[in-house]
Amino acid sequence: MFNGGKGGRGNAPEKSKNFGAAIKRLFGELGHLRILVIISVVFAIAGAICTIVAPNRIADLTDEITMGLVPGGNINMDAIWAIGTFMIILYVVAGLLSFSGGVLMTQVSNIFARNLRKRISEKINRLPLNYFDRHQTGDILSRITNDVDTVAMSLSNSLSTIVSETVLMFGVLIMMFITNWQLALVAVVASVLGFVGMGVILGKSQKYFSMRQTELGKLNAHIEEIYSGLNVVRAYNGKASSDEKFDKLNRRVYIANQRSQFLGGLMHPIMAFIGNFGYVAVCVMGAILATQNVISFGVIVAFITYVRLFTSPLSRIAQSMSNLQSAAAASERVFEFVDEKEMTDESEKATKINKDKIRGNIEFDNVRFGYDKDKTIIKGFSAKAKAGQKIAIVGPTGAGKTTIVNLLMKFYDINSGKILIDGIPTSEMKREEIHSLFTMVLQDTWLFAGTLRDNILYNRTKVSDEKIMEICDTVGLTHFVKTLPHGLDTEIAENDAISAGQKQLITIARGMVEDAPFLILDEATSNVDTRTEELVQKAMDKLAEGRTSFIIAHRLSTIKNADLILVMNEGNIIESGNHKQLIAKNGFYAELYNSQFIL
Amino acid sequence: MFRILRNFRKIDFLLLFGGFLLIAAQVGLELKMPDYMSEITKLVTTEDSAMGDIYKNGGMMLLCAFVSFIANIGAGYIFATISASLSMNTRKKLFDKIERLDMESIKQFSTSSLITRTTNDITQIQMFVAMGAQMLIRAPMFAIWAISKMAGKSWQWSTITAIAVVILLATIISIMAVVIPRFKLIQKLTDRINGISRENLKGIRVVRAFNAEKYQEKKFAKANGELTDMQIFNGRMMSIMSPTMYLIMNGITLAIYISGAYIIANAAGLERLTLFSDMIVFSTYAMHVIMSFLFVAITLMILPRAQVSANRINEVLATKINIRDGEFDDKTAERGTVEFRNVSFKYPDAEEYLLRDISFKANPGETVAFIGSTGSGKSTLINLVPRFYDATDGEVYVDGVNVRDYKMSALYNRLGYVSQKAVIFNGSVADNIAYGGKKDDKKIKDAAKTAQAKSFIEKLPKKYQEHIAAGGTNISGGQKQRLAIARAIARDPEIYIFDDSFSALDYKTDAALRKALKEKTGDATCLIVAQRIGTIMHADKIIVLDEGRCVGMGTHKELLKSCKVYKQIALSQLSPEELNV
Repeated sequence: MFNGGKGGRGNAPEKSKNFGAAIKRLFGELGHLRILVIISVVFAIAGAICTIVAPNRIADLTDEITMGLVPGGNINMDAIWAIGTFMIILYVVAGLLSFSGGVLMTQVSNIFARNLRKRISEKINRLPLNYFDRHQTGDILSRITNDVDTVAMSLSNSLSTIVSETVLMFGVLIMMFITNWQLALVAVVASVLGFVGMGVILGKSQKYFSMRQTELGKLNAHIEEIYSGLNVVRAYNGKASSDEKFDKLNRRVYIANQRSQFLGGLMHPIMAFIGNFGYVAVCVMGAILATQNVISFGVIVAFITYVRLFTSPLSRIAQSMSNLQSAAAASERVFEFVDEKEMTDESEKATKINKDKIRGNIEFDNVRFGYDKDKTIIKGFSAKAKAGQKIAIVGPTGAGKTTIVNLLMKFYDINSGKILIDGIPTSEMKREEIHSLFTMVLQDTWLFAGTLRDNILYNRTKVSDEKIMEICDTVGLTHFVKTLPHGLDTEIAENDAISAGQKQLITIARGMVEDAPFLILDEATSNVDTRTEELVQKAMDKLAEGRTSFIIAHRLSTIKNADLILVMNEGNIIESGNHKQLIAKNGFYAELYNSQFIL
Repeated sequence: MFRILRNFRKIDFLLLFGGFLLIAAQVGLELKMPDYMSEITKLVTTEDSAMGDIYKNGGMMLLCAFVSFIANIGAGYIFATISASLSMNTRKKLFDKIERLDMESIKQFSTSSLITRTTNDITQIQMFVAMGAQMLIRAPMFAIWAISKMAGKSWQWSTITAIAVVILLATIISIMAVVIPRFKLIQKLTDRINGISRENLKGIRVVRAFNAEKYQEKKFAKANGELTDMQIFNGRMMSIMSPTMYLIMNGITLAIYISGAYIIANAAGLERLTLFSDMIVFSTYAMHVIMSFLFVAITLMILPRAQVSANRINEVLATKINIRDGEFDDKTAERGTVEFRNVSFKYPDAEEYLLRDISFKANPGETVAFIGSTGSGKSTLINLVPRFYDATDGEVYVDGVNVRDYKMSALYNRLGYVSQKAVIFNGSVADNIAYGGKKDDKKIKDAAKTAQAKSFIEKLPKKYQEHIAAGGTNISGGQKQRLAIARAIARDPEIYIFDDSFSALDYKTDAALRKALKEKTGDATCLIVAQRIGTIMHADKIIVLDEGRCVGMGTHKELLKSCKVYKQIALSQLSPEELNV
């Protein structure tokens, strides 16, 4: 109620696939935090007991006062104070218990959340790349934030609530029957009647809640669609049809909103009525019993409190159960991610290549590969790249040029065949080992929040500022660095006022710092202004000097003087050779090349 | 917040008034009940009272409870209706407004923000009106009414209640003062966690290529730790809240009873009974007062959120509509011409012009291409034709008529516009191609064929009836773009506008498409913005833009000789031999 919530998901709890299993798993995952959970539950139970005992004392207090109402009677002030002091202690103890329980639970839930987030963040780095091709970034992010929050918060809160409120309910029930069974019966019957009514109504409203979620979803989808394509909607005179659909959906949302709001809102009046009904029933019944001297007046006062204490836990338990339900659903999503199959373990692979002595030959030997095991897209590819050569990869969009990059970098394991670096099969080396042999500059320039220096050095230490500036000089960044307010220490964020071209240059500089014998380069398309583009190309050529390089080529000049051209289409390498050979072959490449000049 | 209420209709105000009355009835009745209780107390504590009186009072109490229950439900119904209709009407108004905003305002708000405003923010307001409004009416009414009933009964008890209220408010306010600024920090830290994870995910290949997994994890762990510490601190603060509330509520009853004992002990014999029943009733009232203040405090705590949402909505509603519809909807003398006369453009609040003094004319059947680096203004220029913006100075003519004079729908019927990023609507392939026009199977198929979309459409399981979702993954980006182009062709317009629509296509498709288009629609005028020289080098007229100015106009050959910027662009994409220079 106080934490404001995250909004978004709406009120209807998400359903988990297997509630029991999810909850069991959750407790298992709590680990040593379970001890804290148990302690806090014990606190909650103790607090509940204090709450139960209190009304009984109020009854005594009232009885002491009524002593004074009888003609000639006197109020025993010492007794009043004795009871009063006891109750103050009771209330304070209950308060302290509940506070300590709350503090413990905060600790548990936040540490649990932290551990979950940590596990997800580390998991990201152990998953095979194709996981990320199949899943959206937003989906993974929402698991890290929303789902983890839901799990941690509702788990801890619901747990102590369910336990303590159940204790409270049964405790009150027992106390009521001990105090006076007739009144207890009246109170229980009154409450149960009320809850049956509430159950019926809530069951009905559930339908409207889910209807509201669906209708709202549909409306939001329409809004999103229209806003994102507003230019087209206008230019095609599509407003009328869009409005018509909007009105229809908006109307349906209105109906679902109104019904669900109303039925859901009934909860409060019904609770109030149950409370009042119990109150009246107890007053009348109590009055009758009191006049017959079966009970003292204090009992009525105690019962008024008992009725209130008895009715409130039920609704809170119901609320907590539905919270627990969403916690279970969210935890399934979190654990589904944590349990994803990881890349194969390579800890026993020990083959290393000395970076300084490397010659720089790469050989593909009858390589077969497919993202799905049963759908081979590279069928027995063989090629040799000698030290210092330039290999161009060309093909239409979506032809699978990144597949080659993925295999070279060992982002994926090949199905059969070999990729050899200086004669050593990559399958015998650790991924990290291979990564350290390659410098990679990709087209979608990736910068992160941090200083410019951090972005250029990225994960490398012991590089002097002179060296960095030297590299900046080589790639043509020096002027840019000098224009920044704090030079290399300027913080750069993803969407800062750094142009696309400068971003390219920064990533090229990063590649230069890496200084590896092999290079993978994705040439920029002309999304940069003309002057910067020249700079970028020069920098890329510098980077390629003296390295065996694989270039996803967009520039004809690169393609034409490449030592080897790999032509790709629909995932396959369909032709390979140098420019002259391929043109002479008059196949796909020749057609692709010539298509640029025809109308 | 209250400006949102202007979206109330008359009937809503009537309903609101009804709701107010019902709440008043409910509050009155609820507060009437302790009076009967007081009667019963008296009856019980006096000897020889008649059973019938107890039943009568009990019956009255039950009646109060029941009628108050009905009134409560009635109020609930009214507020559910009011809030739902308020959200429906505001949403409609907002949607309508956004549909008519000019592109510049939309860019300023950003599309994603406009979507949130129309969906989430409206829901926030609705929730607030549904829950908060009732609470804000009921709670103060309860408090005032109860206080007035309590007044004059006992100054001691009133003082106790007042002290309790003060303690309650002081606790809430001081906890909130500490916690709320930290909640904002928590939001920031959560954003940071999100940011770090996003950058790791976006750059997953780079992270791995640089063996930087540990580097990223360390960064994440730091932010994660900070977030957790902050949340634990806030959680602890909040843990104080509920025990304190209980302590105050229990304490007040206890205090009234103990002080009551003294008051009764000091009173004369007959007065004692009245005082006793007063005490019982007073403690009930006091509880009501405390609860009311608590509810008001909670409601006021959620108010800022609704307030923020309301402001975000009002901001959009208050935006001026800059582009007004014209009147002209008639036959024109010319057909298929576009002319710019000394057109300049800048955003109203900007200092720099994005376009300066552009003049040219596209004759019927001609292809006019625009090229230049990013930020040169080529997209802006082409967007002046369909009036996504209006020129700041100068005029734009279509078929010899100023675009401002056209009735919008008449202007759009002459144009076939394709945006840079393909826009696909939820629906079938056929729906998408026929968008904004009649569904004519032959026309759809012809358009698909010209747009080079026929082959892939016919490979789809349900062909033209295949459903594609807006963010759908069943077709690729290039295929979406071809559908968007087919959509323009299906309109059979006089003038095509391609706003960099070919970049998503590979060279081969690009070339085949342009060839087919030329054959099929030879008499239509074509305006093309492009990045690739190959796409435009055969255009009748190429306009080279640099920083908003036209720095060259002519054919490919002419420009290679005369225009330095053009040559630079060309050479960055093709080698000198290929350009034949």
